[in-house]
Amino acid sequence: MNEVQQIEVNEYHDHIKSLFEEGYEMMMDLTAVDWFRKKEPRFEVVVNLLSLSKNIRKTIKVQVPDENLTIPSITDIYPGANFYEREVFDMFGIVFENHPDLTRILMPDDWIGHPLRKDYGSGRIPVQFKNAPSVD
Amino acid sequence: MYSPDNIFTTTIDKAVRWSRTQSMWPVTFGLACCAIEMMAAGSAKYDLARYGMEVFRASPRQADLMIVAGRVSQKMAPVLRQVYDQMAEPKWVIAMGACSSTGGMFNNYALVQGVDHIVPVDIYVPGCPPGPQSLMHGILTLHDKIMAGEINR
Amino acid sequence: MVKNKENSEDLDFWATNSEEGGWNISSTDEGSQKMNDEESEQQMKIQTGSDVVDDYFIEEETSEDERMIVNMGPQHPSTHGVLRLQVELEGEAVRRVKPIIGYLHTGMEKTGEELTYLQGPTNTTRMDYLSPFFNELVFSLTTEKLLDIEVPARAETIRILMTELNRVSSHLVALATGGMDIGALSMMIFGFRERELVLNFFEKTTGLRMNHNYIRPGGVAADLPDNWQKDVKEILKIIPEKLKDYDEMLLDNPIWQGRLQNVGIITPEECLAYGITGPSLRASGQGWDLRKMQPYSGIEKFDFDVPVLQESDVFARWRIKVLEILESLKIVEQAMDNMPKGPYKIQDKKVTPPPRKRLDESMEALIHHFKIYTEGFKVPEGDAYVAVESPRGELGCYIVSDGSSKPFRMHVRGPSFCNLQALPIVMADSPIADAVAAIASLDPVIGDVDR
Repeated sequence: MNEVQQIEVNEYHDHIKSLFEEGYEMMMDLTAVDWFRKKEPRFEVVVNLLSLSKNIRKTIKVQVPDENLTIPSITDIYPGANFYEREVFDMFGIVFENHPDLTRILMPDDWIGHPLRKDYGSGRIPVQFKNAPSVD
Repeated sequence: MYSPDNIFTTTIDKAVRWSRTQSMWPVTFGLACCAIEMMAAGSAKYDLARYGMEVFRASPRQADLMIVAGRVSQKMAPVLRQVYDQMAEPKWVIAMGACSSTGGMFNNYALVQGVDHIVPVDIYVPGCPPGPQSLMHGILTLHDKIMAGEINR
Repeated sequence: MVKNKENSEDLDFWATNSEEGGWNISSTDEGSQKMNDEESEQQMKIQTGSDVVDDYFIEEETSEDERMIVNMGPQHPSTHGVLRLQVELEGEAVRRVKPIIGYLHTGMEKTGEELTYLQGPTNTTRMDYLSPFFNELVFSLTTEKLLDIEVPARAETIRILMTELNRVSSHLVALATGGMDIGALSMMIFGFRERELVLNFFEKTTGLRMNHNYIRPGGVAADLPDNWQKDVKEILKIIPEKLKDYDEMLLDNPIWQGRLQNVGIITPEECLAYGITGPSLRASGQGWDLRKMQPYSGIEKFDFDVPVLQESDVFARWRIKVLEILESLKIVEQAMDNMPKGPYKIQDKKVTPPPRKRLDESMEALIHHFKIYTEGFKVPEGDAYVAVESPRGELGCYIVSDGSSKPFRMHVRGPSFCNLQALPIVMADSPIADAVAAIASLDPVIGDVDR
């Protein structure tokens, strides 16, 4: 019921457009995974489509390398991808070409860094307990 | 704001403190899950109106109490401070829930670890989320502290 | 947060009105989120809600200098949480809308990578805080799909019972706060009063009124208490009577109808283009409900209807919520009558911790208990996406596992994140008084949006 397809970056936009014409009316989810040092290329964008008429889902995965961190945007096919692509840009740093407004959406505007990357720490502050030897 | 303590003003002091506790109006600062429990505390079963507080003022200039209910993220912190600064003296702050007291279960980059980094807090109410009874216990403790003169505003 | 300004030792960093170190007003500056007078053409189409279907309610266009950009700030009395809207007003009519979110961002997806699969539901349950059981359910279902295990029938039915009761309580909050926003203040008192009955039952079963960590991978955390049928029967008796009270107060009320009918219309094409699901989609004529089309956790055995209306306005979304409460109560009654007997957790030793009594008797049970609670159970490599029908729409969870005991990547598809993109559609070209009604009808929960 959920078929997975692996696509290259340069055929991504046309493939999504052909799927839209085939009958996948809704785009459900657009997210990214950071395979830091486990797989090359480093980032993977995952798109989840849903067809109401045929009642099936389809997952598209695109590998994006770290050196050329751009991928076409699909907001002209599915306008609902607007917020999702901004979130992926904010959290991972992947740049979407032809996006109407690619700015940070969840973090403050002048934040430096992309939080969901694997080399960004979680920002955990060690908790000091009373009468404990002090932690650095 | 600060009046010198002398023998002539003790009864007036007590009367002023009593009147301040009897109708404190909170400002709506419900952020996340604790806000739902705050609304439940104000509704029919756990009535906050019997303490004079059912009116949650939207404008900070008309309120005296700020119940910070929920997690405060990095983007929200300047807004919190601005709302606090706009409240008129005397004002009190209750940090409701674990996330606003100390950062709660989210010890990460996105949250301010405790709202006392931003505003001075009078009462901390623990819980995740604290039930309406805990919140009311916190509010009544604040009333007792003001009546006893421990908080000088 | 201003990082590149003066050194922070001698400056009250957060004080925006303090005189020390100058007026630090730029802390609340919008920066790149500012709504400009001139925007690109595609941005204008998105902000005026005319990207897919171009419909106007208030047609007179006036000159540019009569327009004013107003901020409905993150702290406002409409109780939907910290959502910030920049609207461009022309008299009473809203012309453009730009929502700014992120004021409740908690980094839950990053936290999810540091917690084991057994601790995962504590994290996800706080995302959509009005329907916590659904978040736990979707996380548990995704983990179980990766582990390739089946939960026993009693656990499935308990899950359906709790989630459908949660749907009732979430819709009651939506009706209560929606009514209060529009002006029917007694609706707030009524809604929360009925919700207390449901929360009482939750507290007896799970220990907490909200954010229970009850539905876990492998089943549920504890069995239902004794005499639970008595409590559920009381809920089933009282809530339909009170719903009749609300209808008596509101349904034929001309003020209510005048404020809600023909307001905030979302056409079906716009729903599909923006990915809007849930009651808003069903109020536009599309009968898509995941409980019927892609059933989960044994819900196909229950007999219920899915209400669908055609008018697509705020009134239709209101009616759908009331009808869905009645349908959910039907499911709860069937779950109560046909609750199977048996274990409430899967009996696989590698996934479920053993019962406490056995820890005194058996060394193996002690070791399993220790391993499961400290390191966690290991999940095979792979990835999975599972979706359920939450009160706001399709709630999905995508977990990527690399074979260890913590998720490699956990992502939750929140329905409110997607539904919020419809704000320009419902708000543009209508009076600002309708804007509040329209936001209330979309029922956003900002915990789901920002995660």
